[in-house]
Amino acid sequence: MIYLRLFYEFFKAGLFAVGGGMATLPFLYDISDSTGWFTHSQLADMVAVSESTPGPIGVNMATYVGFTTAGIPGAVIATLGIIAPSIIIILLIAKALKAFRQNKYVDATFYGLRPCSVGLIAAAGVLVLKLALFNTELYQSTGVLTDLFNFKAIALAAVLLVLTRYVKKIKDLHPIFFIAASAVVGIVFAF
Amino acid sequence: MRELIDLFIAFAKVGVMTFGGGYAMIPILEREIVDKRNWASSEELMDYYAVGQCTPGVIAVNTATFIGQKRRGILGGIIATLGVVFPSLVIITLIAGILTSFADIPAVKQAFAGIRVCVCVLIFNAVTKLWKKSVTDKATLALCLLVFILSVFLDISPAVFVILCAAAGILFTKVGLRGK
Repeated sequence: MIYLRLFYEFFKAGLFAVGGGMATLPFLYDISDSTGWFTHSQLADMVAVSESTPGPIGVNMATYVGFTTAGIPGAVIATLGIIAPSIIIILLIAKALKAFRQNKYVDATFYGLRPCSVGLIAAAGVLVLKLALFNTELYQSTGVLTDLFNFKAIALAAVLLVLTRYVKKIKDLHPIFFIAASAVVGIVFAF
Repeated sequence: MRELIDLFIAFAKVGVMTFGGGYAMIPILEREIVDKRNWASSEELMDYYAVGQCTPGVIAVNTATFIGQKRRGILGGIIATLGVVFPSLVIITLIAGILTSFADIPAVKQAFAGIRVCVCVLIFNAVTKLWKKSVTDKATLALCLLVFILSVFLDISPAVFVILCAAAGILFTKVGLRGK
C-alpha cells in the first residue's frame, strides 16, 4: 500500500529532521534509496523548485515527492505525514513551554542533534555534488580522467560560491535569483 | 468557528508569503499575527520560534501549531498548521504537474542541469551556516565529522544517526565533555 508507506516515510522525516528545511534532505535521499520512487537527480530538481516557490522548504519537498510518487493523493498524504509529528509534539509540550525550554535533558539532546543534522545535510550535499559537477558515468565508460569533471558546471559553482558568500549586496539576495540565473546559464551554455 | 477560519486564512497567508522558510518567516509572522491580529506578543513569537527550532519538524509548521493551540486549543493547532501548508500543496502540485510534462524538452533539461549546480552551492552555504551554530567544541566536531563520513560511505538510515546523537548529546553533557 503505497499511501501508507508514504505516510510512514514522511512521518519519520518529520519526527527525526531537526533544524529546518534542508534537514529533511537526508531523509529524502534515504527514501529514494530504499524505495526507488524517484531518482537522485529528480530530488535535486525538487530542492530547486522548493526553494523557488512560496512555503516552507520542508513542506514543499514533501508535497513534491508525494506528488511525484503517487499523484495528488500522494502529495496530500506526504505533507500530512511530515506535519503530523510536529502537531503531536507541539501540542504535548505547549502547556509546559518554559519547562521544556529549560529542561537540561532537552538541551543536552539538542546539543548532540545539531551537529548530527549538519553532518547528514553535508552528506546529502555530496550526492548532489556528484550529480551536478561530475560525469561519473561518462568517466566509467571512457576511463579518461578529464571526462570525470564537468568543467562548465564547476566554473558556474565557483562563480556562485563567490557571489553568494562574499559579494556585498548580491550575497543577501534570495536564493531564487541564483536559481533563475543558473537555469539561464544552463540553457545558454548547453549544460 | 469564525476564529478557526481566520486562523486558517492567516496561516495560509503566512505560507504564501514565506519564501524559503526559516528566518524569512519572522517579519511576516510579526505582521500577520502580532500587529494585525494581536494573537501573540513579539516575545511569545520569539519563544515559539526558538522552541520550533529545537523540536523536530519544519519550523514554520511548529510555530503555526503553537499559535493555533494558544488561540483555540488542539483543533486550533491543527487548523493553523493545515493553513500554513495549504499554499504549498496547491502551488507545488501545480508546478510538479506542469514540470513533469516538460521534463523531456532539451532546454528544460539544460536549465535543471544549471540549477543543480546552484543547489549544490545553496546546500554548502546552509551547511556552513548551521556549522557555526552547531559545532561549538571538540565533542560536537567529532560527532559531526563521524556522522558525515559514516553516512557518505555506509547505507544507514539518518534516523539511526539522529537517535544515537541524541544519546551522545546527553552522555557528553553528563561526563563534562561539553564546551571543551
